[in-house]
Amino acid sequence: MRLIVIGLLAGLFSALLGVGGGVIVVPLLLLVAKYQERPAMATSLAAVALISVVGAVTYGLHGELKPAAAAVVGLPAVAGAVVGTALQQRLDNRTLSLAFAAVLAALGVRMLV
Amino acid sequence: MWALLAAGALGAVAGVLAGLFGVGGGILFVPTLTLVLGLTQIHAEATSLLAILPAAVVGAWRQRAYGNVRTHAALVIGLAAIAGVEGGVQIAEELPQHVLQRLFAVLMLIVAAQIAWRARRRPSYAS
Repeated sequence: MRLIVIGLLAGLFSALLGVGGGVIVVPLLLLVAKYQERPAMATSLAAVALISVVGAVTYGLHGELKPAAAAVVGLPAVAGAVVGTALQQRLDNRTLSLAFAAVLAALGVRMLV
Repeated sequence: MWALLAAGALGAVAGVLAGLFGVGGGILFVPTLTLVLGLTQIHAEATSLLAILPAAVVGAWRQRAYGNVRTHAALVIGLAAIAGVEGGVQIAEELPQHVLQRLFAVLMLIVAAQIAWRARRRPSYAS
C-alpha cells in the first residue's frame, strides 16, 4: 500500500514538474519505507526503467522522440550506469545519503533561482 | 563535433548519477538535449525518457546482480507511477507552473536536510 502511494506521488510530481521519478522515489523509500540506501536506490532505478519504457512509448506514439539525440547521450550513459552502480557498492550508506542529499539540495536551489 | 562530444560526456555523467543514486538522469539529460543539441523543451523531455532507458535497464540489471533490487517493490512503484503521471498531466493544466515549482524546490531542500541529518546521526556502517 505504502509502495503504491510512493509510486503515485512519483508519477504525479514528475508529470507536474518535469523531474524524474527517481528524485521522489529515493527519498520516500529512505524516509517513509525505511529502506537502506542501496536497496532504495537500486529499487528506484528498476522502477525508473519501467516508467521510462511506458513514457518513451507514449511520446513515441506522438512522434516527439529524437532517437539520434537519445543515442548520443543515452549510450555513454549505459557505461556511466555500470560505473555508477559499481561505485555505489564501494561507498558506505552515510556517504551515499550525504551525497544524495547534496544532489537534491542542488536541484532545489536550481529550481528556486 | 565538439557539441556531440560534450553531449556524450554529459550523458556519461548522467549515467553515473543514475547508477549511483537510482535517479533517472533527466536532471542532466534535458538541459544537455536543449542547450547542447538544440532540441525544444518538449522534444528534450520526451527524448530524455528514451535516452535513460538503456542505462536504467543495464543499471537495474547490475543492481540485481549485486542483490540490491526489491523486484516486487520496483514493479508496484513503477506501475503506480505510470498511473500517477496521468493524474499529474491533468493537474498540470489547472495550476500555475512557477508556484508549484517553487513549493517543490523548498520541499526538496527540506528533504535533503532531513536525509543529511539522518545520515549524520547514524554511525557509518557498511551495507
